[in-house]
Amino acid sequence: MEFAELIKTPRVDGVVLHRPFMPTVEGTLCLTGHHLILSSRQDSIEELWLLHSNIDSIEKRFVGSLGTIVVKCKDLRVIQLDIPGMEECLNIASSIEALSTLDSITLMYPFFYRPMFEVIEDGWNLFLPEEFFKDIESSTDEWRLSNVNKDFSVCPTYPALVIVPKAVDDDTLCKVATFRQGGRFPVLSYYHKKNGMVMMRAGQPLTGTNGRRCKEDEKLINATLRVGKRGYIIDTRTISVAQQAKARGGGFEQEANYPQWRRIHKAIERSNILQESLIKLVEACNDQSQNMDRWLSKLEASNWQTHVKEILTTACLAAQCIDREGASVLVHGTEGSDSTLQVTSLAQIILDPGCRTMRGFQALVEREWLQAGHPFQQRCIQSAFSNSKPRWEAPVFLLFLDCVWQILHQFPCSFQFNEHFLVLLFEHAYASQFGTFLGNSAAERVKLKLPQKTVSLWSWVNRPQEMEHFLNPLYETNSLVIWPSVAPQSLLLWEGVFLRWKRSSKCLDEAYEEMVHIIECNKELQSKVNALRRQLAQLETGDGLLGEP
Amino acid sequence: MEHIRTPKVENVSLIDRASARKPCVGTLYLTATHSIFVEHDAERHRETWVLHSLVSAVEKLPATPAGCSLLLRCKNFQVIQFVIPQERDCQDVHALLTRLSRPERYTELYCFAFNPNLDAEAREESWNFIDLKAEFVRMGLPNSLWQMSTANREYRVCDTYPGELYVPKSATLPVVLGSARFRSRGRLPVLTYYHRDNSAAICRSSQPLSGFSARCLEDEQMLQAISSSNPGSSFMYVVDTRPKLNAMANRAAGKGYESEDNYANIKFHFLSIENIHVMRSSQQKMLEVCEQKSPSMAEFLWGLESSGWLKHIKGILDAGVFIAKAVAEEGASVLVHCSDGWDRTAQACSVASVLLDPYYRTLKGLMVLIERDWVSFGHKFSHRYSHVDGDPREVSPVMDQFLECVWQLSLQFPCAFEYNERFLLHLHDQVYSCQYGNFLGNCQKDRVDLRLREKTHSVWWNLWKTRADYTNPLYRPDHSQTQGVLRPTTAPYCFKFWRAMYCRSDPGRQRPPPSMTDVLTAVREESQQLEAELSAQQEKIANLSKILARKAGPMMKTADERGVASGSPRRTQPCLRGESESPLKRSDPDLSASSDQESGVTDLSCLSPSSGEESTKDPDSDEAAYSTA
Repeated sequence: MEFAELIKTPRVDGVVLHRPFMPTVEGTLCLTGHHLILSSRQDSIEELWLLHSNIDSIEKRFVGSLGTIVVKCKDLRVIQLDIPGMEECLNIASSIEALSTLDSITLMYPFFYRPMFEVIEDGWNLFLPEEFFKDIESSTDEWRLSNVNKDFSVCPTYPALVIVPKAVDDDTLCKVATFRQGGRFPVLSYYHKKNGMVMMRAGQPLTGTNGRRCKEDEKLINATLRVGKRGYIIDTRTISVAQQAKARGGGFEQEANYPQWRRIHKAIERSNILQESLIKLVEACNDQSQNMDRWLSKLEASNWQTHVKEILTTACLAAQCIDREGASVLVHGTEGSDSTLQVTSLAQIILDPGCRTMRGFQALVEREWLQAGHPFQQRCIQSAFSNSKPRWEAPVFLLFLDCVWQILHQFPCSFQFNEHFLVLLFEHAYASQFGTFLGNSAAERVKLKLPQKTVSLWSWVNRPQEMEHFLNPLYETNSLVIWPSVAPQSLLLWEGVFLRWKRSSKCLDEAYEEMVHIIECNKELQSKVNALRRQLAQLETGDGLLGEP
Repeated sequence: MEHIRTPKVENVSLIDRASARKPCVGTLYLTATHSIFVEHDAERHRETWVLHSLVSAVEKLPATPAGCSLLLRCKNFQVIQFVIPQERDCQDVHALLTRLSRPERYTELYCFAFNPNLDAEAREESWNFIDLKAEFVRMGLPNSLWQMSTANREYRVCDTYPGELYVPKSATLPVVLGSARFRSRGRLPVLTYYHRDNSAAICRSSQPLSGFSARCLEDEQMLQAISSSNPGSSFMYVVDTRPKLNAMANRAAGKGYESEDNYANIKFHFLSIENIHVMRSSQQKMLEVCEQKSPSMAEFLWGLESSGWLKHIKGILDAGVFIAKAVAEEGASVLVHCSDGWDRTAQACSVASVLLDPYYRTLKGLMVLIERDWVSFGHKFSHRYSHVDGDPREVSPVMDQFLECVWQLSLQFPCAFEYNERFLLHLHDQVYSCQYGNFLGNCQKDRVDLRLREKTHSVWWNLWKTRADYTNPLYRPDHSQTQGVLRPTTAPYCFKFWRAMYCRSDPGRQRPPPSMTDVLTAVREESQQLEAELSAQQEKIANLSKILARKAGPMMKTADERGVASGSPRRTQPCLRGESESPLKRSDPDLSASSDQESGVTDLSCLSPSSGEESTKDPDSDEAAYSTA
């Protein structure tokens, strides 16, 4: 096996493990190809079972011959291993380092993981574009499913099937693709059944400094407008960033060429700034200081909450254009695979009650993130503790989840899933036994044969016994559009992720259980009362009939 | 009524400051006690009532073509904006409200006019609802070590203390009197909380008049007596809740703090809670942050930080934690003081009490605690919450901070408190509004002089009657979280901005979605109704089955024994089983959805001749009827 040469010391006895909120344990440390395992000596119970891919960075320290490895995980947990013997410690450290930074995707755990459960509903086939289109087709005939990208040559980051205006043929699409960043021509993201308005997304137009234009592009997006109606283009970048993009061949839609569209610029930051923000926020949360001023100023300086506010505000704007203004919307930033997806997916959560269900949300993640070509592999390769110079990593998806959590927190009854489900998605986006978040695009997933070689996260989550942990007991179908507050007073730090390992959640967990208990009692009473109502009705009619003869 | 020249103004607009929504137009009525705005909209006729005594400031904004704007800032942090078409009307209303919102005498306050339709006896009873003597009995006092002293019966020793004081049995009258002479305003060390589990006590006082070197034998004996009244510990803590610098500055004025050299077996600590002036300006700064029109995240967080508000809240909670730890973990008694011992001392003692004793986390317990540590021990309510026009430097949000500490704790321990956020908000309103007499005046003596028990009503009884509104649905008295001492984390990130308190006129949203508490409360209420319905149904079934059994006994006996209604209570099982195979069962697939069926059933039981006399609740009666048939 390839891993054997990376594992210098497979096993060390007498290792002491320190973890948040748990007693210190001593045991045997074992390294396998994908896991770091610590079994307690007494009853050989596995105390720790950690995926190497979850390890963000390690630090080693020595006091005499006792070595200490501090393991910082991508889920923001920090654990400490005290290892007797300097050589063992160094060997373990270098092995972990090598195993947690494997270059080849095909060496990752999902390719080796065999599920211990029977896959009843294969998550890989659960959310097909055909199905999504069928639903749209039932309300409108203005759109079609195009397979112009079937071999991923028109747009390498798009899926094989995309939804485009019926009036536009594939040749036009190919031309438009050359005018948009990364070939990401405008495609349908969301159809608002209430008024027939749509949300589209794309990459930036490649106008460059000399104001290049593309008639086909104009034709394509104009085809989505009703006669005499104007649409909105939401550029997630500030006007100055968009201006600067011209120098690199990018740009934005000129009013003169798109007279039927009103362009609005917002200020969602680019990925490297978001990564910096995450690092600062986690540092603030891990600060041991008791000083309130220090905490608040570090929280502010991290800018994390500012990003949350900006993304939510932009999503609200998109939703408002569609629902309140009755206008169609095109969203793009630069590549159209980061901030664009944050906006389009959150707008759908605001507008579409279906996206607030368990299945609907999975479908949304599949459609607007995985299929839409968010480069998960690049973005989630490192998390907040990374020492290496950041390249492509950025918490774009985590920010999206944070925004969903903010809405969930404000509308505690409108979501079928709970906070745990969002935390689960965060964890699995960064390290997982499932193949769902591997690769950067649909094309890569096909090439890696992920559906054939790995198990989908959805296959596991949707099993009833797992699902019950992620269902919100307060959920009641709410068919309305929900408008979250974006006032700073309303936006909170997502403690479930950022303070998860800092303070015990015992009391909050108990409160959650109590809530579940209250709801269950109510349901039980309801069924009892209904049963008795039926009984009474029967007795009543029975009495009447029996009295007759 | 003599002030009211303009009792009514037509075509006034109530501005929705939160959104760009169209303002509602209506009539503004000015009464002796309230401003009442009645919306013209024929369908809604919504009314907005603002109590004059709750208005802290009335501001006239520059006139616009639409009219003159009047801004009412309320003590509960609501901001209400009216637009009055005629400038003269606006001036009149402004002058009138300014006058009415600043009463000069206690007798002008609303509580003297407020009449909730109670007779004298009921009024007296409402005042007796919270009984401090019973509270000391609950804590186990008096006992062999502590006694009730009558030294202050006529408020002769200390006019800002209650008439009944609990002091160590070993402290003789000369010691009590001598100690009082050595303390600011005679506020001698007395017991406020007794921890029954280990006999440790929390005592409170004002600062000693020690200056740079003065000593007082009686005061030293007093502390010695307190210390020795706790046989479980060889020492006691003396906690000065002020920052050290402030306490040292007081020495120049002949006041100060205890020296460990002069008092035997004490451990002395400073707890660094700032004074009322710092707190007042801190809250003012925080409110300015809240009032900004659409601030950025950075502006908000920066403003919150620079206001220092959460830092002060943390400081008070830390003080409470320190005292609670000393009592519960070290078993040591603690003497708490600040300068006068009526602001920071009240905060620290009551926060410690909430942490130590689950009783104060119940509705009645919090009432008792406020009555004890705040009302009876002379917290200067009328000065701090400017009930009557007075020195603005006396005003400070001391109670706000205590309520906020409790709220911050309830975030960490969601199941441990019987009361909910609404209760804390409502208490805040009551402290400021003077609808009831409880919080009038600055000490017990004031309240006796004002004859409040005869002239006003008590808020506690009223709160108790409506306690369903204030109950936390997650609270369970037998929950492990509810029991024993609370050990909160006071890391900075545990403190939240209290949005519901400080953003009552919410800048973000018109109607907030229902909170989890609201939903759970509704669910629990529904469950209670279901339970009632369930037992009514069971009764009816019992009666009906008796009738049925009499009419068709033999047929029932041949019925199959397989049950249908899973989860239905045991007592109804026999008749359910009897019915299960009845051919009539399948005739109606779902009756539960039909409300007609419900009323039909009710009719039947009313018509049934035997239902009245047979409605016995004995669970065995079903079976009895069954077998006798």
